[in-house]
Amino acid sequence: MDRREFLKTSGALVVSFTVPAADVLAQSGKPPLVPSELDSWIAVLPNGNVQAFFGKMDMGQGLDVAVAQIVAEELDVGFDKVAVFMGDTGSSCNQGGASGSTGVSNGARLLRRAAAEARRVLVERGAEKLKAPVAQLRVEDGTVIGPQGKTTYAELVGGRYFNHKVEWNKQTGNPMDISVPAKPKAPSEYKVVGKPLPRRDVAWKVFGTDEFITEVRVRGMLHARVIRPPRAACKVRSIDESSIKGIRGAQVIREKDFVAVVAPKEWDAVRAAQSLKVDWELLDAPFPPMDQLYEHIRGAKVVKRQDEVKKGDIAAGFNTPGVKVVEAQYEWPFQSHASMGPACAVAEVKNGSCTVWTGSQKPHFVRDGVARLLELPPEKVRAIWVAGPGSYGRNDAGDAALDAAYLSKVTGKPVRVQGMRADGTAWDPKGPACVHRARAALDASGKVVAYEFISKGFSRQHIATNESQPADSLIGQSMGVPPKPTQIFGTPAESYGFENKLLGWETIPQFVEHCSPLRTSHFRDPVGPEIHFGSEQFIDELAQAAGEDPVAFRLRYLTEPRHAAVVKAVAEKSGWSSLGKGKGIAFAERNGTAVAVVAQVEVDRASGRVWARKFWVAHDCGLIINPEILRTTIEGNVVQGLSRTLFEEVRFDRDSVLSVDWASYPILDMGDAPESIEIVLINHPEIAPSGAGEPTIRVIPGAVANAFFNATGVRLRRAPLNPERVKAALLRT
Amino acid sequence: MAMIRFTVDGKRVSVEAQPEMPLLYALRGELNLNNPHFGCGLAQCGACTVHVEGEPVRSCVLPVSAVGNKKVTTIAGLGTPDKPHPLQEAYVAEGVPQCGYCINGWVMTAAAALKKNPKASDAELREALAGLKCRCGTHVAIMRAVKRAQSTMV
Repeated sequence: MDRREFLKTSGALVVSFTVPAADVLAQSGKPPLVPSELDSWIAVLPNGNVQAFFGKMDMGQGLDVAVAQIVAEELDVGFDKVAVFMGDTGSSCNQGGASGSTGVSNGARLLRRAAAEARRVLVERGAEKLKAPVAQLRVEDGTVIGPQGKTTYAELVGGRYFNHKVEWNKQTGNPMDISVPAKPKAPSEYKVVGKPLPRRDVAWKVFGTDEFITEVRVRGMLHARVIRPPRAACKVRSIDESSIKGIRGAQVIREKDFVAVVAPKEWDAVRAAQSLKVDWELLDAPFPPMDQLYEHIRGAKVVKRQDEVKKGDIAAGFNTPGVKVVEAQYEWPFQSHASMGPACAVAEVKNGSCTVWTGSQKPHFVRDGVARLLELPPEKVRAIWVAGPGSYGRNDAGDAALDAAYLSKVTGKPVRVQGMRADGTAWDPKGPACVHRARAALDASGKVVAYEFISKGFSRQHIATNESQPADSLIGQSMGVPPKPTQIFGTPAESYGFENKLLGWETIPQFVEHCSPLRTSHFRDPVGPEIHFGSEQFIDELAQAAGEDPVAFRLRYLTEPRHAAVVKAVAEKSGWSSLGKGKGIAFAERNGTAVAVVAQVEVDRASGRVWARKFWVAHDCGLIINPEILRTTIEGNVVQGLSRTLFEEVRFDRDSVLSVDWASYPILDMGDAPESIEIVLINHPEIAPSGAGEPTIRVIPGAVANAFFNATGVRLRRAPLNPERVKAALLRT
Repeated sequence: MAMIRFTVDGKRVSVEAQPEMPLLYALRGELNLNNPHFGCGLAQCGACTVHVEGEPVRSCVLPVSAVGNKKVTTIAGLGTPDKPHPLQEAYVAEGVPQCGYCINGWVMTAAAALKKNPKASDAELREALAGLKCRCGTHVAIMRAVKRAQSTMV
């Protein structure tokens, strides 16, 4: 059943896509859409089908399937009877959107409790109806069966509301949770959770039968393109409107330094954007020469420093007579989300309310941001998430949503905004460039007696991770709202039991405060690949200094049994000890998930090409909800991580970002894809599930760089390991 | 402006447009089709790929005037849920796409490649699919699906 068919057939409780925001929120008899109402989470239709309303959304890794499995499990209904509605502020509470791989750990945890409570309530009502004690009832696929007679969920509540309160923890976003009297099932009872059930979004995508955000069409809508400066500039001097005079219906919209064109036909909007002459006030060489980026970072003043892990006495370790000191620095560039298509959004401002269709992974925050930008009460704004062209963090989607809302307000018509390629590559918020300084001391026996790892770079939240404040959007900043950066970075995540240990970070000032194409924010596993590219190479450098095998060295120091287990599992799966040349390992933890990976690479000295031909992954995220979907999620992490390791680097000169398309921001091509990725899934039904959307990507850079060293004897401490850099490094040896 | 007539997925259509307007805008804007997609507008990614007379082309750069009286096939015309192309079937079986926005490029290009060279080796398939972009990194699953489809076609 595709999404649209479901909407057509599923009955009265469906929230229509066309009714205005305010009406939806006041549908007859529905309790308010607040976390403390069971009806905010679960509905049973007259035909017994179930709807789950989810305040996070699937970015293409099958999260909705996991949620449906969990709801079906706790409610005791068939998996096929459960539909999951995601990311519509008119039908779901703010569970934080897609964020930090918490879709299952936090998002589905709440739905699990809601479904268990719904079952409890229904069984209780069934007991009344059947005049039998609860203890004598059981449920089979939505039918409550007693010693003498049965009833169904449909009969008990179908098409009506539970009107039942649950206890909300008063948190919004990722930590939102409820507590209920019902006790969820024990893992040993699971029948649906743990099964490799198929994804629900593959068919419509491959047959072209349903809509991406780019296909949302509202009657009478205008097409818009927002004009970003070609060179670093924040202010508009003047606009020559006559430059688009000949284009049908094209119109310039300007408010302070925000400039856009609109036209009834999309191609005319594109032509107008290409033709419009804008005189920008150029900034005077705001960026350092690109080849001095890392010198700039090393020398920049520190805005904030935080020592997150401090153990023992570092100085004493380094000062121990006779120790061998190992030092290294690792460098990682700015990287772009470069989603598959530039962001798109459609907005309709009408009668004092606004509906905005967005591909942003945080639609509830889009609602809040639009409300602030348009000065509307949040309840007058409805944001509807529709699957977009890929999202791995705070990309350009948040900007597009606010742009569309503003343009609809000004034009009085529905407006569809889509970027051109450069808007997705040159103008998305970037993953931060950084330098990592590592230093350790080994005593005569090869034991690590001091270990220090300090990252220095741009904050990972120059703009916030969501668009709830206009200050964090390009439109807000171009209208003069000052940005309010948060200073934050991160440290390696591992359990290496070095007695004297210091892990810390330092952030530095942005090049440009307002409307910077190099502004930084979250990009898949924020600062994870960046940091562990350094820290996991450094562990190999220490192993080498100690004269020990990299696997054995890690196992000697890892203190958490689950961490050691993934390292052992990946070593075994890959046949580490007998694996030929070009092998490398890396390990890391991420919010409860442990992952270890072995890469095997081939290096072509003549061309500088690195082919990471084979990968082995061992992954432990606690309870596994769906092993097949987990596997493909891990594969995507491996390949995207490989692309970031080998190819990706935002290029710039003194006054502009030069990475504007796929030619100037190359990513991995099919010819560079691994031949095989073998995955060992370690299932721990007794441990609550942690995330899988990001952990694997953080170990790929370190594993590939370690494999490169094993293949060539050369350490590459600067990413990416592109052919040019590889060739140059090999020539030096 | 010119009136340009062609067929899309077996249906005769006519579009009044500037001759240099890319075919993509005619398909999406004038004909309200949901596929293909705008990815780059530069023929660098493949998200807009359709077949013109059976050959994969990047519709984001092909002027609409160039398809006059020709047969255009989109992914929705390649196969349907009732009569799927083997590649579409394989995509579903392997659960290939993640965001799925790139799908036209891979499926339409692979369909043409398999037609031309049904016994293509792994290396030949990789070569045929060079230059297409997938940002979610589903390349390994794509190869599995293409090989699965290939095995059902020969």
